[in-house]
Amino acid sequence: MRITVKLFASFRLGRFKFAEQEYQVGTDCRTIVLALGLTEAEIGVIMVNGRHAALDYVLQEGDTLSLFPLVGGG
Amino acid sequence: MDKILRVNMSTLSTAIEPVPAAWAGLGGRGLTSTIVAAEVPPTCHALGTFNKLVFAPGLLSGTAAANSGRLSAGAKSPLTGTIKESNAGGTAAQMLARLGVKALIIEGLPKEDKWYSLHVNKDGVSVQEETELIGKRNFAVIEALEARLGKKTGVLTIGPVGELKMTAANISVKDPDSKLRSHGRGGLGAVMGSKKIKFISIDDQGAPGVKIADPEKFKVAARTFAKALLDHPVSGEGLPTYGTNVLVNILNEAGGLPTRNFTYGRFDGADKISGETMNETITARGGKVRHGCHAGCIIQCSQVYNDKDGKYLTSGFEYETIWGLGADCCIDNLDDIARADSIMDDIGIDSIETAVMFGVAMEAGILNFGDSKEMLRILNDEIGGGTPLGRILGGGAGSVGRAYGVTRVPVVKNQGIPAYDPRSVKGIGITYATSTMGADHTAGYSIATNILNVGGYVDPLKKDGQVELSRNLQIATAAVDSTGMCIFIAFPALDIPECLPALIDMINARFGISLTGDDVTNLGKHILKVEHGFNIGAGFTNKDDRLPEFFTTETVAPHNAIWDFSDIEIDEFWNF
Ligand code: SF4
Repeated sequence: MRITVKLFASFRLGRFKFAEQEYQVGTDCRTIVLALGLTEAEIGVIMVNGRHAALDYVLQEGDTLSLFPLVGGG
Repeated sequence: MDKILRVNMSTLSTAIEPVPAAWAGLGGRGLTSTIVAAEVPPTCHALGTFNKLVFAPGLLSGTAAANSGRLSAGAKSPLTGTIKESNAGGTAAQMLARLGVKALIIEGLPKEDKWYSLHVNKDGVSVQEETELIGKRNFAVIEALEARLGKKTGVLTIGPVGELKMTAANISVKDPDSKLRSHGRGGLGAVMGSKKIKFISIDDQGAPGVKIADPEKFKVAARTFAKALLDHPVSGEGLPTYGTNVLVNILNEAGGLPTRNFTYGRFDGADKISGETMNETITARGGKVRHGCHAGCIIQCSQVYNDKDGKYLTSGFEYETIWGLGADCCIDNLDDIARADSIMDDIGIDSIETAVMFGVAMEAGILNFGDSKEMLRILNDEIGGGTPLGRILGGGAGSVGRAYGVTRVPVVKNQGIPAYDPRSVKGIGITYATSTMGADHTAGYSIATNILNVGGYVDPLKKDGQVELSRNLQIATAAVDSTGMCIFIAFPALDIPECLPALIDMINARFGISLTGDDVTNLGKHILKVEHGFNIGAGFTNKDDRLPEFFTTETVAPHNAIWDFSDIEIDEFWNF
């Protein structure tokens, strides 16, 4: 299945901003995080289609996965 | 000994007063709000003789505590009609604290049509007539005062917008690099203008400095506190690297980035104005990615942004400004937004109110969405020049909405709603609705928990838990705003258990007292109630704690979210 992966802040360094990638049906967020060389501890926020999701959330065809380190402002 | 400086502009006289016992344990917002509530009749005209403008450094300002150099300014707001506290960095808070000035209270109105300045030094405060700098913009004022009084002089100043008493006028504070930080919100610059004070200069030579009751204990607590700030990923890494503007992309992803005057929740040009792009641009042009608004800031969320020729364009370039002139006005040119930021500093107008205002002005057809050149012209020529149109626009979002019959006007209590759509980030909607300040994100920054996973997580799209979240944050913020601390210490404070106790230990060591965590919470509650009491006295009711109608009738993409809190649910906020 096709998943759009978006990376933000320091996660972009040495990787990419946005990419469409092919994954096996049933892939969860954790699998993609680890495949990108990120650790669970580095993850601040995960969003799937603009909604917050957990690491074990199972993705669907066409989903957009957005990954952020912990960031803030105001 | 700490003292209160009082200036009466009606008689052009000044006095040094002892600190009343009831005010001794207060600083910053706690003190400005207490003084305004005690001395200003809530029904008075904010630009009339009975309003008072109060400045107070925080409880820890002037000490070695990290990030403690924020100055609070308070008065009845001419923009909202409510009580107002607005805090800013710059050098003034630490200078006033070292001079032992607990608060500077300015009252009355001059009888003659003349302009004045105030000068604060170790002997107190004095009033002088000012002629040379009237009509001058803020950067010129700073330059002239450094030449006149010396490079180290602290300065609080108003630009032409404040002189003309436009209700979006700010009060600018000189920062360590002779640039500006602002008491932005609520039109306090117009109050200073009504009192015909162009600037306040501060000389801290010979200042007694801040006495610490228990220096050893203070040192230990200060170290623990600083470590927490540096250890937390947000204050230790995210903010120094990307500034507050890192929020553009995350709010855009979450569908909470108000776009085209609050019509959509996402902006196509978001990445072009994002913190990531800004970081690359600053680095490529030889600017500074990190920069502090006052000495002693170890987070350093500010930056120096250069133009493409490597020349200084602006600093203190914040998410709310970039969001407002960017997504909300459909402008994706970060350089033009930076130019606007610099003009707003120079003419002395709140960048949040002005950004929200431009979204409404574009909807009104005064200029087109996306037309950054016309936006710059209007800022500089119309508002900066004080033309009739400029004065309507300089009155803020509500003013232009009324003048042009616009119904989509994002304000609460007439103050522009910043940077986070309350339909898709519901906790912040509760803060906008209930804050004693009018729409103000900093009053109870639910974004931390709704979006950023700091201090836990409360789903931004659901109503559950939002009132409680906003209440807890507003109480804590009122207390933190009294310490002189920058609000960004809240990120480590929400997540690192040692952080808040260390902050309280510093206050205890500074004053030789023994506050507990509960005392601090009670202080926050007390401040909110004092402020709320003032607003009720001014004629506000629970019916004013509401968002504009369009949030309840228009859904916002991509989540088709709507503002669906009942009146009873919102009013539950004040149940503490
Ligand atoms: S973190 Fe930013 S706003 Fe806070 S004190 Fe430092 S520079 Fe100023």
